[in-house]
Parts: sequence; C-alpha cells; structure tokens
Amino acid sequence: MASIILNKLNKTKQYILSLLFVSLVSVICYFLSGYIGYHVVALLLLVTVSLIAMFFDILPVLLAALLSALIWDFFFIPPHFTFAVNSTEDLLMLLMYFIIAMVNAALTYKIRQIENEANKKEEKEKTVLLYNTLLNSLSHELRTPISTIIGATDNLLTESDKLSDKNKNELLTEVSKASLRLNRQVENLLNISRLETGFIKPKKDWCDINELVYGVVNRIKENYDNHPINVQIKENLPLFKLDFGLIEQVLNNLIYNAIQYIPKYSIISIIIFCKDEKLILIIEDNGNGFPEDEIDKVFDKFYRLKNSNTGGTGLGLSIVKGFVEVHNGTIKLENIPEGLSADKAGGARFTIEIPAETSYINNLKNE
Amino acid sequence: MNRSEILIIDDEVQIRRLLEITLESNDYKINEAATARDGLIAAASHPPDLILLDIGLPDENGQIVLQKLREWYYKPIIILSVQSDEENIVKALDNGANDYLVKPFRTGELLARIRSAIRSSATDENYTVIDCNDLQIDLSARIVKKKNEIIKLTGTEYTLLALFAKNEGKVLTHQYLLREVWGPGYISQSQYLRVFIAQLRKKIENDPNHPEFILTESGVGYRFIAKE
Repeated sequence: MASIILNKLNKTKQYILSLLFVSLVSVICYFLSGYIGYHVVALLLLVTVSLIAMFFDILPVLLAALLSALIWDFFFIPPHFTFAVNSTEDLLMLLMYFIIAMVNAALTYKIRQIENEANKKEEKEKTVLLYNTLLNSLSHELRTPISTIIGATDNLLTESDKLSDKNKNELLTEVSKASLRLNRQVENLLNISRLETGFIKPKKDWCDINELVYGVVNRIKENYDNHPINVQIKENLPLFKLDFGLIEQVLNNLIYNAIQYIPKYSIISIIIFCKDEKLILIIEDNGNGFPEDEIDKVFDKFYRLKNSNTGGTGLGLSIVKGFVEVHNGTIKLENIPEGLSADKAGGARFTIEIPAETSYINNLKNE
Repeated sequence: MNRSEILIIDDEVQIRRLLEITLESNDYKINEAATARDGLIAAASHPPDLILLDIGLPDENGQIVLQKLREWYYKPIIILSVQSDEENIVKALDNGANDYLVKPFRTGELLARIRSAIRSSATDENYTVIDCNDLQIDLSARIVKKKNEIIKLTGTEYTLLALFAKNEGKVLTHQYLLREVWGPGYISQSQYLRVFIAQLRKKIENDPNHPEFILTESGVGYRFIAKE
C-alpha cells in the first residue's frame, strides 16, 4: 500500500525527499562520527538508499545513490572535506559502495516492475474468468430457450401430420414459455449493462407504496399461485419520492428469486414501514435460507448458488442491488435467526433501506 | 360486417407479418408501410380506422411522424415501442397517441387495445353512462353508485372519475390528469394525484389493493377500465 501511495507522489517531491533523507542520515552520521567508523557510515547510507529504492522511482534513487557516495567521500573518508582518497582500500570501498548502491536501486526497481506486471496479469485473468463465467452462463441460459423454440417449431412445421393436437399444443406451450424466459434474460442483460454504464438515473416521483407493492404482488400471483404472499404495509405510510419502475423491479426480482429457491407453499412476507426518513422494505420467507458461506456473494454479478437449478443468469440480485444503490439505499441479506420467530427461522431475509423525501399530505378530503 | 381498416407502420418485416396474420384472422383489413414516408402517404391516400405506429422508424423519428399525422388525422393511433422507455411513451401520449404497446406484447393485449381504441373513437361524446361490475356512473346526472348505493365524492374526486369515465380504456398520463383536474400550475404536484387515486379507489373498488377499474400504468399514468 505504502508503495502505491508513494508512487503517486509527484516526481519533484520524490527527488526532494530522496535528497532530504540522504542529507538527514548524513548529518546524523556526522555527529556520530566520534563513535562509529566511516565504514559503518557507508553501510548506514547504503541502508538509506535501499529504503528509498523500495518506494521511489529509479531516477530519484540513483540520484540518492550518487549523492550519498559523494557525501561519504567528502565528509567521511579521510582526508575530510575533499574528494581525494588516499588509500587504495578506501578507493575500492568507494567504488564498491557506488556499484552496490546503483545495483540495489536497479534491482528493487526491477522487482517492482515484475510485481506490477503480475498484478496486471492477475487482473486480466480475473476479467477473463468473469467473461468466461458470463459466456457459459449466457450461452446456456440463452441457448436453452432458443433450442426449445427451434426444436418445437421445426417439429410443428415438418412433422405436423404425425403430431396429435395434444402434442401440438404442448409444443406451442413450450415455445411460449421459452420465449418468455428469453425475454426475461434479455431484459436482465439490458438492465445490468445499463447499470454498468451508469446509464440509469432514477426518475423520482411521488409513489404510493401500497399501489406499487400490490401491483407487483398481484402480477406475480397471477403467474405463481404456489406461494402465499403476505403483505404488511404500515398504515398511514407517507408518499415517497422514488423511481416507481425501478423499485417495482427490485420487488419483482426479490419475490421472483424467492419463488425460484424456496420449497413449494413456503410463505413469502413483505413488510414495509418508514423509519428515520427511510423507506424500509423487508422481504422474507420461511424456506431454507442461503448457505452462510455464500451470503456475501449472492449480489455479485453472475454468481449462482452452488446447488441452484437452471433457469437464472445470476443477474437478478445484482440488478436489485444496483437499483437500490442508484437510490443511495442499502440492501442486506441474512438468514432469519432461530428463536425470534420460530415459524420463519432459517428462511432468508432481505432488508432494503432507501433514504427518500416523504410527503404526508393525506388531508385533501375537502377539495 | 363493416371491417375496420388498420394501417401498420413498422420497419420490421417479421412484426408486420405477425400483426397482419393476427389482425386479419380477427377480421381487420390491413394496410402496411415500412417507412415513415410510406406510412404518411398511405395514411393520407386512404385514411384507416386506426394506425399502429412503431416509434423507432429508420427514416424519421416516430414522435415526429405522430405529430405530422395528428395535424389532420383524428382517429386512434397506437404506438409500438421496443424498450419500456416511459419517457418516450409519455411523450407519444402527449403528442396525441391514444395508447401504447411495448414489444414484445401479447396478442390478447394487442387486440384488447385495438378494440378499446376503436370503440372509444366511435362512441358518442355525449355518452355518459357507465354500468359495470356493481359500479354505475351517470355523468349527466352527476351520480355515482356502488352496489346501487350512492357514493359521496368530493368535487375533485368526481372531476377525476368523470375524466376517467369519458376516456374509458385509454391511458391518461400523470401530467394530463394533473393539468385537467387541478390546472396547469399543478403538473409537477403528482402527490395530489397519488392521494386522490388512493381515495377514489377506496370508494369505488371492491378491493382497493387489487383495483379492477383504475389500473396503474407504471411510470406513465392510469387507465380506467369498465368492461361490461
């Protein structure tokens, strides 16, 4: 982390800081020169240069190396305050000091470069992995209904005389189901790409939450009557300023998602109230909940539970999260703990909180 | 029988084909055009009873075609649009479209919209009585009855309901309702509309949470349905 932050320091600052560090250490060594020999000073300066090399770009480091060599020669190698060196030993030492400092700088720089490349490669691999997951999931989820449609229509066109009316009807029903499924997938993909590109700006207007919730619930009930849906909306709820269509989809996806995963005849409850200028929506069921180790991942794009049925792209919940977040809201998933409400324990509970403007104009009766 | 004539203006040949088969098998007479230009010519040379207009045409924006048609054509126009883009739909309704359908749509929905649009354009404007499913509205006598009992409505509630009754089957946008009932200064005050729709539903619906008469068109407006 430190290296990333320092990397961002601008070049000039890096030069100044390198020179400053080297000078500071030199000054300290100068005062300590009564106690330590000038060979030790060389090592101390070398450590300083090495430390600088860990964080800074190569040029400031080379500058530090050069400067420290000159300082060592000028102030510490006898005779002091000249660049002259008397003994061969000292000359060799100076030369070696210079080489070690340079090599040190160059090596550290090289290591950092390799590290960067590895990071980039890792990121690229992650993208490729995501892309593959997407392709696998998509090609499966799109091809299944397409195969059904092509197969069924081929059958109807070429084998028409061999098929009973009942068979024909069944094939047509499959085509119809497959088309609706295809349409749902495409809608999900469009939504997720609209979210990704930041194209979705909530069009907020006053919403009657009763109207919104019952609208969604009634539509779902028409298609899936296996699950009782229990709606509890706090009385005298104010109007909220929200994007009606987006919140409709949030609810729709969550209920639809629950229907996909919970056992038949499980109860889905929708609880809605207002708290601290926030709209609170709770969607819970008395099914089997989510595996604890997967709870954090369910909102990830294309994530599907390990043992989930076919029929989803793993986009439904990411869209929910995206739509809630464009309202500056939050969504949380938990399994309902034992003990609180025995009949629901273990089921899944989604809690959504959306901050929104409210209006309590309920007294227009005399107009 | 007098077959209604429908003009389809859509650039996608598959959609035109589908509409043609569906509508012809339901006894409508069909004329088609693939571009805005051809559509405008076809409409002018032989005015149909209803126009199905795709909003995404290749040669000209459907909204402009709609405006051009509305300069002289007073019969119903139903908009076909691909994405559920509410803004575009509201704009088309404001530009004089009678109704809209979002592709992909169900055949049943299409036929219902066409029937409703043709029926309301043929209806005498002075037709003022609605009697449907325990709800009776008599606009000339200003009486609303539910299960044969008179319902007390406030002035605004009555104005709103009367507006719905006169436009039975038609989508009315939020802005239109606010302008007509409260006045042009109230177009952005949609909270009034929400509150009054809720109040009206409590009075006329059997189950206000499961409305049969005043239906919500998400993000667009409301549609009043009173089928016998």
